[in-house]
This record gives sequence, C-alpha cells and structure tokens, in this order.
Amino acid sequence: MSVTAHAHADDHAHDEEHHHHKETFVTKYIFSQDHKMIAKQYLITGLIMGFIGIAMSLMFRMQIAWPGESFMLFEAVLGKWAPDGVMDADMYLALVTIHGTIMVFFVLTAGLSGTFSNLLIPLQIGARDMASGFLNMLSYWMFFTSSVIMVISLFVEAGPAAAGWTIYPPLSALPMAQPGSGMGMTLWLVSMAIFIASSLLGSLNYIVTVLNLRTKGMSMTRLPLTIWAFFVTAVIGVISFPVLLSAALLLIMDRSFGTSFFLSDIFIQGEVLHYQGGSPVLYEHLFWFLGHPEVYIVLLPALGITSEVMSTNARKPIFGYRAMVASILAIAFLSTIVWGHHMFISGMNPFLGSVFTFTTLLIAIPSAVKAFNYITTLWKGNLQLNPAMLFSIGLVSTFITGGLTGIILGDSTLDINVHDTYFVVAHFHLVMGISALYGLFAGVYHWFPKMFEGKMMNKNLGYVHFWVTAVCAYGVFFPMHFVGMAGVPRRYYENTAFPMFDEFTDVQVLMTVFALIAGLAQLVFLYNFIHSIFYGKKGPKNPWNSNTLEWTAEVKHIHGNWDGPIPEVHRWAYDYSKVDKNGEYIIPGQDFVPQTIPLQEDEEELNH
Amino acid sequence: MTTVLTLAVLALVAIAIWQMTKIFELSQLKSEHAQIANDEDNKNNGYLLFAFMVFTYLITIFCFWKYSKFFLPDASSAHGEEYDYLMLVSFVIIFIVQFITQALLHYFGYKYRGKKGNKALFYADNDRLEFIWTIIPVIVLAGLILWGLYTWTTIMDVNDEDDPLIVELYAQQFNWTARYGGNDNVLGQANVRMIDIDRANVLGLDEGDSYATDDVIVKELHLPVGRKVNFKMRSQDVLHSAYMPHFRAQMNCVPGMTTEFSFTPIKTTEQIRQDPDVIDKVKRTNAIRAERAAKGEDNSDPWEYDYILLCNKICGRSHYNMQMKIIVETQEEYEAWIASQQTFGQTMAASE
Repeated sequence: MSVTAHAHADDHAHDEEHHHHKETFVTKYIFSQDHKMIAKQYLITGLIMGFIGIAMSLMFRMQIAWPGESFMLFEAVLGKWAPDGVMDADMYLALVTIHGTIMVFFVLTAGLSGTFSNLLIPLQIGARDMASGFLNMLSYWMFFTSSVIMVISLFVEAGPAAAGWTIYPPLSALPMAQPGSGMGMTLWLVSMAIFIASSLLGSLNYIVTVLNLRTKGMSMTRLPLTIWAFFVTAVIGVISFPVLLSAALLLIMDRSFGTSFFLSDIFIQGEVLHYQGGSPVLYEHLFWFLGHPEVYIVLLPALGITSEVMSTNARKPIFGYRAMVASILAIAFLSTIVWGHHMFISGMNPFLGSVFTFTTLLIAIPSAVKAFNYITTLWKGNLQLNPAMLFSIGLVSTFITGGLTGIILGDSTLDINVHDTYFVVAHFHLVMGISALYGLFAGVYHWFPKMFEGKMMNKNLGYVHFWVTAVCAYGVFFPMHFVGMAGVPRRYYENTAFPMFDEFTDVQVLMTVFALIAGLAQLVFLYNFIHSIFYGKKGPKNPWNSNTLEWTAEVKHIHGNWDGPIPEVHRWAYDYSKVDKNGEYIIPGQDFVPQTIPLQEDEEELNH
Repeated sequence: MTTVLTLAVLALVAIAIWQMTKIFELSQLKSEHAQIANDEDNKNNGYLLFAFMVFTYLITIFCFWKYSKFFLPDASSAHGEEYDYLMLVSFVIIFIVQFITQALLHYFGYKYRGKKGNKALFYADNDRLEFIWTIIPVIVLAGLILWGLYTWTTIMDVNDEDDPLIVELYAQQFNWTARYGGNDNVLGQANVRMIDIDRANVLGLDEGDSYATDDVIVKELHLPVGRKVNFKMRSQDVLHSAYMPHFRAQMNCVPGMTTEFSFTPIKTTEQIRQDPDVIDKVKRTNAIRAERAAKGEDNSDPWEYDYILLCNKICGRSHYNMQMKIIVETQEEYEAWIASQQTFGQTMAASE
C-alpha cells in the first residue's frame, strides 16, 4: 500500500530565497538554531557525560573486584568519600545511581537520539532545517542545563542521589534513610524535570518535522529506516516522558510538602512519620511506564542507524523494509504495555504479572524479525567492513545475546529468582547499553564527514576501537550472567558478607579487568574523534556511496543545507546493487542509485 | 594470575591489530581515500569476524566449564523443581537460537566480505521467509508463555489449604526479623504506629490483641521440612526484598502494605549439606578461606553451608549485609526449637 506523497511544491517555495545573515560566534557556536550545530552540541555534551558515566562504572567495578582495597585513584577523585582510598558504601551506591542515570538519559537518550535525530531528520527527508529552530535550540539548552545540574549534584555535601537510578521511594524520599536522599536527590529531580521538558520539546519538533517537511516525492514509505526509528522514538517519548514527570513531581511533593502519594506507615530512626495511605508500588508503576519505553527510546535510534549503515555497507537493500517498519511500530506499541515486568515481585496483584508476561514475550517477536532481517541483509552482500559497519554487526550480536535472556526475565516465573541479580545487569547492559552504544559509535563513524564538513575519522583506530570493545563487552557481561544465576544481588557494596559468594571473587576480578580495558579502548575513540575534528583528512562528498539525501547536501555547512533548490525524491533509499533485466546496474558502473535519480525506463519500482 | 594473563593477551592482541593496521596504512599511501575500507580491510575484518564467532563460542564454553558450578544447588522447595525445569528448557532454547544466529551473523560477515568487482544480490523481500521467522518465535514463545503462566499462577496462589505455617518476615534497615503465629498459628495485629522501643515491642504488635500474645519473634528463621509456609512480608522504613534463592522465592517488602509468598521446603539444612555439589562448593570455599586465614585476613573462619535470606532491593548503606539465616529441620526439631522461644506476651510481661 504505497502512499502517494503529497507534493507541497508551494511549501518549499520560500526556501529558495537565501538570507545570509552575518553570524557571530555566539549565534553560530552557542545559541545556534541550525540543526547541524545543535546535533554536534548534543553529541559533544553526550560524550562528556558518557566519559563521566563510564569512569564511574570503572570505579565501582574496582570496588566490587577488590572490596575494601585502598586506591590512590579513589582518594584523588572521591576525596572525603574515600577515606584512605577506601570507597565509602554510600558513595558506592551513589556511583551506581548516577552511572545509570547518566548513561540511560544523558548519553543514550540525549546523546544518541538527540544527536542523530537533529542531524539526520532534516538532511534525510530533504528539509532546510527543523520545523522550529528556536524550539530546537531551547531543547538543547535545557538538556545542557539539566546536565550541569546533574554534575553539580555530585558535589553536594551529603552526597549525590544514591537510591538507584530508579529512585524508588521511600529510600529516595527520606534523607533519614540515606544521606544522598537530601539535597542530592532534590537536584537529581530538578535536573530530570528539566531533562524531560527538553526531551519533549525535541520530540515534538522531530515529529512535526518528519510529518510536514518531507521533500517532494518523499512519501512515508520512502523514508530511510533511520527516520522511521527517530520518528517513532519521538512518539513514544511524547507518550511516556510526561508520566515520569508526574512521578517526579509527586515525589517532590512527598519530599518537600508532606504529601503521602508514595509513602505510608514508616518508622525510621526511632520515630513514626506522619505519612499515611500512599504506596511505593504506585511510584513503580509511574516510573516504569516511562522506564520501559525508555529502553526502546534508547534502542530504536540505534537500530535505525544500524539499518541504514548495514544496508549501505552491504551494498544491498535492507531486507524486508516493510517488516522493519512494522516491527518498529509493533515494538513501540508493545513497549508501552510491558512495564509491569519490572514489578513481578513488587507486591502487585499476580494476575497483573500474568498479563505483563504475555505482552512482554510478545515483544520478542518483532525483535526476532528485526534480527533475522539484519542477518539476511548481510547474506550475499558485498560487505564494506568500515568501522561503522562493524559496530552495526556488533550491535546485532549483542542485541541477540542480550535479547535472548529477556525470555527468562520476561517470564514472571523465572524472574522470581533472578530478579535484581547480576543476571539482570548482564541482560540489560548487553541488550540496551552495549547495543545502543554500538549504534551511537556506528552513527558517529558513518556520519562524521557530515558533521565535520567532509573530514573523516581514522579507520584503523576505528578498527582497534571496535575489536577491543567487542571482546571486552562480552568479557564483562557474559560471565556476569553466571554470577546472577548463582544468586548474587546487584548493588551490593561488597560480597564478602556471604561466604557462599566467596568463590566468585575471581570472576568479579576478570569482569573488572575487561571493563578497565574497554574503558581504555574508549580513549582511542576519544583521541580519534578529537584529532579528526581538527586534522581529519577530507574524504569524497559521498564517502560510503550512499543513496540517502544527506550526501547530496553541501559538504560545507550552510544554513539551509542545499545551496540550490532542495532535491526531489524519486525512489526509496535502498536501491543498492539494483540491476535491470540484463543484469547490469541501473546506473552503469555504479552499484547504487541515489534517491534523487528518477526511475529509469522500464525500471520497476520495488518499495518493499 | 588469570588477570595478568588476560591483560597481557589483550594488550598483545591490541598491539598486533594496531601494528597490522599500521602496515596496511603504509602500504596504501597511494590510495586517495585512505579512511574508507578497501579490499584489504574487508579481508582482515572478515577474518576477524570469523574469529569473533569462535570467540563467542569459546567464551560460552569457558564460562560453562568454569562457572556453571556456581549455580545454586537444585531447588529446596516444592515449586522450585518445576522452576528449575522451566529454566533449563528456556536455556536450551536460548542456546540453540544463540548458536545459530551468531554463527549466521558472523559467518555471513566473513563469507561476504567485500571485494572490488563483486556484485551484491539485490534481494529486498521474501514474504515466505519472513512468515517463517515470525511464526516460529510465535509458536515457541506461546509454549513458554503458557507453561510460565501456569507455573506462575500455581506459585502465586497463596491460600490456606493444607494447614500452612504462617510466618511474618519483617524488614528494616538493615536486618530481618521473623514472627510466628504461635500456638494458634495466627499473627496478631501490628502497625508501625504501635512500635514501642522502650518496651521492646519492636514490630509494633497490638498488645491488646489476644492473637499477638503467643506470637514468637526471632532473628533466625526455622522452618519444618515438608510443611507449606505462608510468608507475610512487612517493612517499616524503605523497600526491601526478601530473597531466598535456594527456595526460588522472592517478594518485595513494601512499607504500608503486606505482601505474600508461599513455598514448601523439601530438604532440611542437614540434607542440603549432603548434596554432592554443595559439598564441593563448601570445599572450594573453605580452601579460599583457609588461604585468607594463612594470610591473617578477616572473614576466614571455616564455613558451613546454610540457607540464607538476603535483601535484594537497594535499601541504603548496609544493603549488602542485610541477611538472616534460614534453618530447615524436621518437625520434631522445629517444635523443640519453637517451644524454647519466648512468646511476645512473655517479653512484654518481663518488660513491665
């Protein structure tokens, strides 16, 4: 059912005029309303936050592997939280908490989706910019503000938030229960509230842009899968983020204004508190109503990027375009009705657990379809193994490995004994953490020339980055499943209180060593990234011989993307290696047909 | 030692790759666009993809060989046997799928590595294929869902049939308390608002409730083997989770409400200590502890295997050390033990 594109010729008429405003440093680099600059701002802010988040994980991994050991590093970085270099137990929980928060929201939501939605939506649909450049700028600066507040919260006297990234009350609501639940938690909530506003502004902008600003000929069924992914991601963001905001607001009320939304019957430090009638389970529902779609908010853009990168580098159309779109839509829909699988043993009615088991295992079906379609895309391709392509293949690998254990965790029965153990940690790090990071890296390597005016990243450093990361990622998270199966709970400061965990010390050390090496490998990326910004070699205009519109735009960044009129689209984005009846390429000597090339005579349009 | 070795191997691998790529870089000075993969890169990375496939299998085998002995011993509860079986079947399915898909993914990456002049196949769609790999997961998952839900409904059906023992698990930062219903097997009313620390009424029992008088409050959980136990969980401050891994049992403790879980222990502590896997585990662990003792370190006294209740929901600073010993024993031993405990009424009378 191919939908004919509405050709809004007049919509684009005004685009033809060019106003070259004189740009100052401030309007060009700081308060820029240009989507390409905003994308770079998102990326660099996200990478800085990522650096902080990963560094935190390395520190607490060291604590788990060598509990109670004194490290100069801890003393230097943590100060009073590591007396004599031994990490404090509250600080351990704080690191775990902020690591999760930063990685999920600041790196993988804003850093990934924010960067590539901004960069690619206008460029790939053939628009001069986002629907509202101003909102876009506002969205970035709110994200920046929330990042700054989150970082500031690390320096609070009583310590940053430490109740786990899910900040379940009452722990997060009562400063008596944990020092981090004082000022640190307040800042966490303020930061997240601003983050949510930023995310909503961004998402609304993406949705409007995709729906209204597609160029002539760019029907929805001709959209590259990246755009489909960003579009649907934005939709689930708009649906679910407001619910997190309500959870945060109610929690703020409980904390500061004495309401009892989430609290009841509490006796702590020798006194009964006045709270009556609230329920922490209500908070869990509200949190996971966002929390689970959030997993897909993180993952779908990565999958979209993978689709595009994989197809381009395989020199083959993505297999099953329509099935891919349908899977994205199915995943998006199902993602909003599976949140309860985080709460099987929360005390909610077991019948509800049954329903959530059912919907959760259903989501495995579109996910499986996607995985198989990726594999088939590789089949009989002519694979150009660029770093971006390797990261895409790596993503499919970790997506499968991590996704499969979801069958265990999504099953309410089996969840009973592995809930909140290292098994869960291993599962979600592979399926959403590592996979989404691979998507981010794939995107950076692939679209670096688009972001930095034709400069390219060094491929050999890229290969080193990928292979070391790929080996270490499995090295950290594969053995972790076994620790979880042995019943070791997550978020334990040390495992020495239980003799039954004594013999796991070696595995913990092994995982930490892999983690440290993986951390070092990211420095290779960092060096490559920064070095290439300044000294990267310029590549050709369309370095990967890609079909999509962004490679027809000017290499040099100009406001409006295309110097002349915006291009018209005549075909879908995946005519790689398409041949005519005689077995010759459609364009002689070239194995790709950009979207701007009109259908040739006798050529059949295949919009699968 | 393993650590040093791993480190060394990885460092060497990294250096080797780096050096290799350097050489290729040098040999390609003429090429115009050095940062785009060429045939040489495709070849090398194709081989590496194949090697990576081998690596994923090796790490799987390694982990099973080395770490599968870490798994918990066979379930010590009645429903746990069904749980273990479902887990096993799920794992078999997972590993079959994992084996096949990783093989295909990486093998294709290796087999179809690019070469100048090669032509990719324009292959955009195949309804039949897609139908197949939609319907197979549907069928397999439908089976797992039905089985899982059936087991779940059975496990979560907490009822009063078969004269269950009623036990309250009471959580607070950072310890556990257990309360038995006493001779009448009925728990007295309780609420945190009735806590009176001065009079040692730490669980907030209603002193006027006659059911409460014979309640027994203890710091060690004793369960008679073969009798169903219905747990009522409470928390006085933050969320906790009562995790009893040997019994495949877990339920959150939520302030403001009472949660429930039920299971029947089928092996006494004495019996589980005779389990060959457990004997091995104790041997290995005590070897480690003896080593520590030799070095004069803490936490080194010999260990005897015990069932344990852990807190498994982040609850604050000492979350990692919130535990209670569980002892499963014969009916006679249990009766002797419970008879030797003070009742709530006696404690209150003593504090008058």
